[in-house]
Amino acid sequence: MIEIKDLHKSYKMGSNSLHVLKGINFNVEEGELVAIMGSSGSGKSTLLNILGMLDGADSGEYYLDGVPIKDLSEKKAAQYRNKFLGFVFQSFNLINYKSALENVALPLYYQKVGRRERQDKALNYLDRVGLKEWATHLPSELSGGQKQRVAIARAMAAEPKVLLADEPTGALDSKTSYEVMDLIQKINDDGNTILVVTHEKDIAHMCKRIVHLRDGVIVEDTKIEQVRAQEYV
Amino acid sequence: MFDIERWQEIFDTIRKNKLRTFLTGISVASGIFILVILLGFGQGMRNGIEQEFEQDAATSVWVWPGVTSKEYKGMNPGRRIQLTNENFNNSVALFNETIEYNSPRIFVRGVTVNYGKESLVYSIQGVASNFQFIENAKMIDGRFINYQDEMSTAKVAIVGKKIRTDVFNEVETPIGEYIDISGIPFKIIGVYKEYEDREEERIYIPISTAQKVFNGGDRVNNMSFTLPAVENFDQAVAQAVDFKDNLKTYLQQVHTVAPDDTSAVEVWSAMEEAKRYYSLTGNIKLFFWFVGVCTIIAGVVGVSNIMLIVVKERTREIGIRKALGAKPWSIIGMILHEAIFVTAISGFGGLIFSMALLEVVGPHIEIDYVVNPSVNFTVAFTTVIVLVIAGTLAGFFPAWRAARVHTIEALKDE
Repeated sequence: MIEIKDLHKSYKMGSNSLHVLKGINFNVEEGELVAIMGSSGSGKSTLLNILGMLDGADSGEYYLDGVPIKDLSEKKAAQYRNKFLGFVFQSFNLINYKSALENVALPLYYQKVGRRERQDKALNYLDRVGLKEWATHLPSELSGGQKQRVAIARAMAAEPKVLLADEPTGALDSKTSYEVMDLIQKINDDGNTILVVTHEKDIAHMCKRIVHLRDGVIVEDTKIEQVRAQEYV
Repeated sequence: MFDIERWQEIFDTIRKNKLRTFLTGISVASGIFILVILLGFGQGMRNGIEQEFEQDAATSVWVWPGVTSKEYKGMNPGRRIQLTNENFNNSVALFNETIEYNSPRIFVRGVTVNYGKESLVYSIQGVASNFQFIENAKMIDGRFINYQDEMSTAKVAIVGKKIRTDVFNEVETPIGEYIDISGIPFKIIGVYKEYEDREEERIYIPISTAQKVFNGGDRVNNMSFTLPAVENFDQAVAQAVDFKDNLKTYLQQVHTVAPDDTSAVEVWSAMEEAKRYYSLTGNIKLFFWFVGVCTIIAGVVGVSNIMLIVVKERTREIGIRKALGAKPWSIIGMILHEAIFVTAISGFGGLIFSMALLEVVGPHIEIDYVVNPSVNFTVAFTTVIVLVIAGTLAGFFPAWRAARVHTIEALKDE
């Protein structure tokens, strides 16, 4: 699903250049649940941004579902993001004046899905994350865990090839974190490919594979025995 | 523009950000409102001044003789100039081509006027048939003096509306009644009205009668003319000035007056006076425009300001939308679409409200020199369009910048 070969990325900081990614090689198969771990400054967020086409690489190759991702225009990147990717952020990033349902329906608007169908689909995804009753509520009326579930529903609504989650549990307490991980695991059980960036060990062990980044290189890449979040809920 | 989904998205946003929308709308609507009211009053002043000048025919030229103030060709200063029929007839003959209407006038003095037992104190003026058009007197009953009356030195009189109200209130119409001027009965044949009461307190009789019956001889107290209408105002003024100068020169020569003697023969042209007022109202109009344009600029600045704040406030939202697959142009389009919609609706709202106010209140306004303030709809409409375009441009740059902001940066925005 994802193929990365010798990926380099550096940022210009005044006259200095900061080499963040120093040759990443990494593949993800369909249906995998991968945790990307590393301390801050290890390059994990940069890697996720490049995977999410929010940022471009300096050199190297990146194929997403066989499509080369290189030198994209803003417009093309937006199209690919809409078609291939779903995002879940640490700070939820829901639009505060839109209801839960409207937030979930938003990626469908950019897929030019009709209003009626959009609402039906969005309600269906809200139901899947267990928030059907909260459809008309604004984000400010939801708890952190509920907000993240709405955000996951929104990411799933576009039916993406890959779900990218950037510290999805970073702003949540452990109980809520496990609930969210439980949801992510269930989505993965349905055959969706998911990448989770985290620095929490317990969260990482709820994935099926852990990739360790340090100073811009992959130092460890191991398949693990998945811990089901269900046990802790 | 006609994407229904986009419209729904805009309406959603507007509905859920009522205060923001309201403030933007108010700044636009008030700008338009102030401009329309200002322009309306500028026009009102123009109307008022125009009405002042409708009293006499706009192209009228009047000659008033005076007293010489300079020695010339052996004549002493202090000599009174007396116009005569000959002067008048020669002037008409000489400038025949440039004159539309003409009339000499004589003030009949030292006579007593009676109606029945009542003594009247109105001025008696001997005039020619054309005087009606020069004074712009409107006949409301009967007729004015005609050529026949002049030829036959008829004993007929025309009275003003005010005289009818004051003196002839007991009869149904003054027409057919007789007034007695120094023992001679004059039959009333017409009633006229004017803009001012003062000018309705006159009794007109044929000039031939005035001269023959009241010892006028061939004397004339003043002469009046109107000039034919020409295409535009500047031409009319030029024509009036030309005529005035020629006439003055002629009369000065006939009466042996120094060419630079200003007090001996005075020629007054309504057009020339009008020009001064017109340039004044022109300046007033210019001033109102200036203030109005400044108001609009303030409105545009206000709208731009609000757009900047709106875009800033929505940076994070824009980041989210981009992450979800919104194309840059769709972001710009969305922001502009909303801006255009809000400015257009509120602009037209302000326009309709202010024009309705002018329409309803305008005709009832009673201020000197302000008559029926109104505004040209095309001008007001254009202003709204200008404001909408300006608002769009003002919204475009922040929107464009917002769309260019890196998605990651935008998402970090608090």
